[in-house]
Parts: sequence; C-alpha cells; structure tokens
Amino acid sequence: MNGSKSPSGSPGVSSSPSTTARPGTSASLATSPNMNPRELGTYTKNTWCPGCGNFSILSAIQTVLASMHDEGYPLENVVIVSGIGCHAKISDYLNINSFYSLHGRTLPVATGIKLANPDLKVICFSGDGDSLAEGLDHLIFAAKRNLDITLILHDNRVYGLTTGQYTPTSPLGFKGKSTPMGTEELPMNPIELMLVSGATYLARGYTHGIDLLRKLFRDAIMHKGFSFVDTLQVCVTYFNMYETYNKRVYEVQGNDASSFDEAMKIARSWDYNNMEAPIPLGKFYDIDKPRFDQVFPGYEPHPVDRDAKIREVLDSLI
Amino acid sequence: MRKVVEGSYAIAQAVKCCDPDIISAYPITPQTHIVENLSQMVADGELKAEFITVDSEFSALSALVGSSAMGARSYSSTTSQGLALMYEVLYNVSGLRMPIVMTVANRAMGAPLNIWNDQQDSIGARDCGWIQLYAENVQEAMDLTPQAYKLAEDPDILTPVMVCMDGFILTHVYEPVEFLDHDKVKQFLPPFKPKITLDPAHPVTIGAFADPSTFTEYRYLQQDAQNKALGKIDTIAKEFKETFGRYYGGLIDTYRMEGADAAIVTLGSVIGTIKDALDEMWAEGKKVGLVKVRSYRPFPVKALRDSLKDVSSIAVIEKDVSIGNEAGLTTDLKAAFYNTGMKTPIIGFTAGLGGRDITLKDIKKAGDKALAAAKGPEAEFEFLTLRKEIL
Repeated sequence: MNGSKSPSGSPGVSSSPSTTARPGTSASLATSPNMNPRELGTYTKNTWCPGCGNFSILSAIQTVLASMHDEGYPLENVVIVSGIGCHAKISDYLNINSFYSLHGRTLPVATGIKLANPDLKVICFSGDGDSLAEGLDHLIFAAKRNLDITLILHDNRVYGLTTGQYTPTSPLGFKGKSTPMGTEELPMNPIELMLVSGATYLARGYTHGIDLLRKLFRDAIMHKGFSFVDTLQVCVTYFNMYETYNKRVYEVQGNDASSFDEAMKIARSWDYNNMEAPIPLGKFYDIDKPRFDQVFPGYEPHPVDRDAKIREVLDSLI
Repeated sequence: MRKVVEGSYAIAQAVKCCDPDIISAYPITPQTHIVENLSQMVADGELKAEFITVDSEFSALSALVGSSAMGARSYSSTTSQGLALMYEVLYNVSGLRMPIVMTVANRAMGAPLNIWNDQQDSIGARDCGWIQLYAENVQEAMDLTPQAYKLAEDPDILTPVMVCMDGFILTHVYEPVEFLDHDKVKQFLPPFKPKITLDPAHPVTIGAFADPSTFTEYRYLQQDAQNKALGKIDTIAKEFKETFGRYYGGLIDTYRMEGADAAIVTLGSVIGTIKDALDEMWAEGKKVGLVKVRSYRPFPVKALRDSLKDVSSIAVIEKDVSIGNEAGLTTDLKAAFYNTGMKTPIIGFTAGLGGRDITLKDIKKAGDKALAAAKGPEAEFEFLTLRKEIL
C-alpha cells in the first residue's frame, strides 16, 4: 500500500507524453529542458514523507519553469503563493519568488500581487483543506472574477500536516482522527464547483502521471484567466489511494474543452465518492472570457509628485 | 485514578466529565490532540455529545453560538491563528452572554509562521469579554475545566471562559495526573439550565440590535459580571477543593513571598521553572518571591496590590508583547498600581516567544534586575532572551 510503483507503472494513464503533445505545448517538456530543473531547488531540508505526492508536484513545476526559462521567460517574473498545510512548504523548496500565506488565504494574497503588477505570472499552490474549507470563499471569487492566475490544488483529501483529519474532498465514511466513526458528509466536487463559479481553465492531474502533470501545469500557467488544476495527490501516511487511483484513472481524449456542458459531464462522471467509477484526468475546460486584471489596463504604480500636481490644480484655478 | 497520560488526553477526559452536549473544533497544532481524543470518545460511546466537524475555527465557534442559544453545554478548543480567526465571534459569544468554555493551547501568532508556544494569542484577545484562566500544569488545566463551566454558567456571571494552557509544553507532555471522577464532577457541576433559550413554544430573538440608547448598558453588565467573577473564582476553587482535594489559589497564588524583597509576576507553565530558580536564589541570599496570576480576565487588581504591597520591586515575565508598548501583564499591573500610593518599580520582561526556552539563568537575570531596581535607577521593559548576534 505504499507508493512503491514507478510512475510508468500507472496503468490507467493511457497516453505517453509523445502522443499527448500538441500544438502550443513545449516539446521540451517531454525531454529535458536545458536549464536543469534542480537549479530551481533550495537547500531547505525537505520534510515531506517519503512517497508523498508533493514530490511529483514539485518536480513537475520545476520542469515547467525550467522550460519557460529556456524559452526566454524571465523567471524573476514568476511568483509562487502557498497557504498552510504540507503543500505550503513548496514555497521553501522552490528557488522562485514566493509567498507563504495564512491558512486558506492563498488567493487573496495572489490577487493583490497580480493586481499590483499584472505582468507577473502568479502560481498558487493550495491544499484541499486550505482552499476548499477555510479559504473556499476566496476560491469561488477568484473563479468568478476570472483573475489571470493559476491554482494548483494538492488534493490529497486529508489534512496531512495536522496528522489525518477529513477534508471537504474526503469520501463519505472516511475514518479520520476527527471522524473515527466515519464522515457523514458527501465530498465536494471542486471541478464542478469551479466550472459553475466561472473558472476558464479546468483540469485534473495525478501525481503518478508526471508527464501529464507537467503538460497540464504548463497549459494552465499559459492560460489567460483563472486556471485550476485539481491534482490528485496521495498522502502515503494518512490516506494512501495509490492502488485505487492507479486502477481508475484515465486521460480524456477528444473532448470539446470549449463546451460547458461537456466539461460538466466529465466533471460529474466522478463524484470523489464512488471508488469504483473511472476517474478522468486531463483538460476538461478551456475558454476565453473577460478577466478581472483587464479592469486595470496600463495602471503603473509610479510615484506621483504630489506637490507638483497640487500646484498644477491650483494654477488652473487662478 | 492516577495515570500517566498526554496533557491533551487529560483535558479531553476533563471535558468528558463535564458532559458537554456539543463540541465543535477545527484541527490546528498544538490543539489537535485534544479534539481528536474527544471525537474518539464520542465515537466509542464514552461521551454522549455531538461532535460537529467544520470548515474553519470561525465556523466552529459560530456553531457553538447556535448550540448555546439552544441551551446546550458547548465546548471548543483552539490556538493562535485559529483564535484570531474567531475574533469576531469571541465578542459575539461574550456579548450574547453564552457560557461556552474553550481550551486555548497557547501558541505564537504569525508572521513569521511559528507553531510553538507563547501567549500572544490569548493575551491579544484579552478585551473580548471572555474570562481568561491560566494553568501552570496539566492537572491544573484539567481541574480548571469543570470550574470554568461552573463559573461561566453561574446566573450572575454568564460569561464565556478560556482555559489557557501552554501549547506543547502542557498539551504534549506526558505526566501523572489524577483523573476526574465523572460522578463527582456531576455533583460539583449541575446540569446547564439557561434562563433564555430558543424555544418554539416561547419565541425570543437572540442577537438583536442595541442602539445607542442601550448599548453602553450591555457593556456595563458584561463588566459587572467580570467584577462579580472576581469573587466567584475563589469560591468555586474552594468548592472544588472540598470535592476533589486540590486547590491552586483563587485569582492568584504566591510562592516564597513571605519576607521577599522583590517579586516575579507571571502566568502559565513557566511557573514551575521559576519556583526552582527562586529556590536557588534564596539559597544565595536573594529574596525573590513569585506571584502567579491565575485569572488574567477579570484582572485581579486588589489581590495583586495586596500580595505585592511589601516588596521593593517587581519583575514581570510574560510570553507576549504589546508591540509598540510593553506587554499585557506588565501594563495591566502598572495600571493597577497607579491610583494608589504604591511606587514600586515594575520591570517587564518578554520571554519565551515562539517557543524559546525560559531557563533558570534567564529567570535569575530578571530576578537580579528586579533586586537592583529597588536600589538604583529603574530599568525599563526589555526582551529577556534577545539574540543580539543575529539582529
């Protein structure tokens, strides 16, 4: 029951990187970027449990950022924002501008950063306990506003840092430390929620399918608008779902990502509760819509000579 | 029954004996074990209560506002950022006069992010209208739990109570404790029978507007209840002693104050270390005593004046800082002395922030400074264990 299988041993992920590559996706993702992704690591001691799905997310984002660097994107223009939880330590482990925010408050901080400098690429990492519980209102509003930022959800469906309580995506009957008799709530379907809330890019990845994960992360980061990648991540210590996921996941093919109804159908095909149903991965939705950051076109926070302005106004009145 | 258990389990056992009807909490380090143990007790049928799992601390305390309005005995526990997230609801609970009891597993407030112990969280919430009691050790935190309900539910008081215990130092320590006897607690703490609850047969509105013509009086009544609690806290502590045989003092407790030249005033778990430090100081001929503040709100002005009237100087050691002024207990104590003839120098020391140990050496340093202040120029507030080399 531990995550000992190699990533290539994920039977459900049907497609290899070469067959999933498509126009607009950097080919360098399938191979190695010129910049060694390890250069984006830090010297901070990593305290995630061995086998944690967070390692895949870290590795995937390092590769994506390295490939962006290779293509000339200045990485100093990238800002990482995380919340509180095991996921949040990613801010410590990525050698990129980063902000470690309060529990649940990843998105308000990211909103402020993006609006203060819309030229930045803002990438949020958040947990299911972080953004779907204490910070849920922020998630809905980020989607509603279609702000041009990306949220990568480390969806392990358990509170790992506080050692094993249920979260909004834990299945009904989940026996966590705060619910020894099993939860009495049905899980939330975050993709369905994001779709109706106004998000313009929706995808689901799995930490045992790193190539797809890299592709989706890159795609989401390049998307103009609010992009959300629900990343099924396994908590090896408190909720090990490797075997279930490995049997159930498959990548959607040929779907019309511009169709709300089709996206909804895919999103609803797995309700986070049924352990027998196939679990779709891949891009579900991708549309263009006016963005919140467009409301502030060309705003440049340059210092203003207030005295000169006041003199100007006074002169005009004389 | 005497057992070696983790502090958090001991608290859960004490809460169980109080027969709460509703428990609601959100996991946060270092409070988590308290509520995990309670949820396990509910699951095992040991505790006949509803455990409401929620999405945040804000929701946890808000759920208790509802349950308390229904007349249910309600319990929560939190710490640090969780307590801060409850801030709006803290005022709501006290203003609505709901006798909720909450264990605060004291922890530092971020930023910077820190999960270790200090008391910035609850001291920062001192003005919210809750009674705040501070425990020195696990047994005292346990014993304070039924006392807190008895106090909170007293018809003259009807004020929520925080039982504050140092996070990790007390919540995660394993030490021998005397378990509370459920039947004896039942005798000590009668069932909660509120005068006003939501009742379909007798409709009332809870939480209605109070305009400028009445708002002041609501606040006055809260203040009045806190003043009445000053008397009740010791009465209840003595009643507890009659049933259980343990007594920790009323509003305050003292140690080696007889014949002391100077005093250290503090609250919480550091008291054990201070007692050891003072034993060594007395052996060296340095007569420094200790005043332990058990009730921080209501603030025991008279008890503190009386206990400190004979010393020549005072050092306050506390694990918080009123950033921009001195620190909570220090400024409160100075204020308590101002309208009297007492001109005793009071030096505040903030220490133990974010989990830094307070050592015997640190305590002696504060004691020495207090002794020196009695003779020479007064020292001012300082950070007791500042690492100047990393500034």
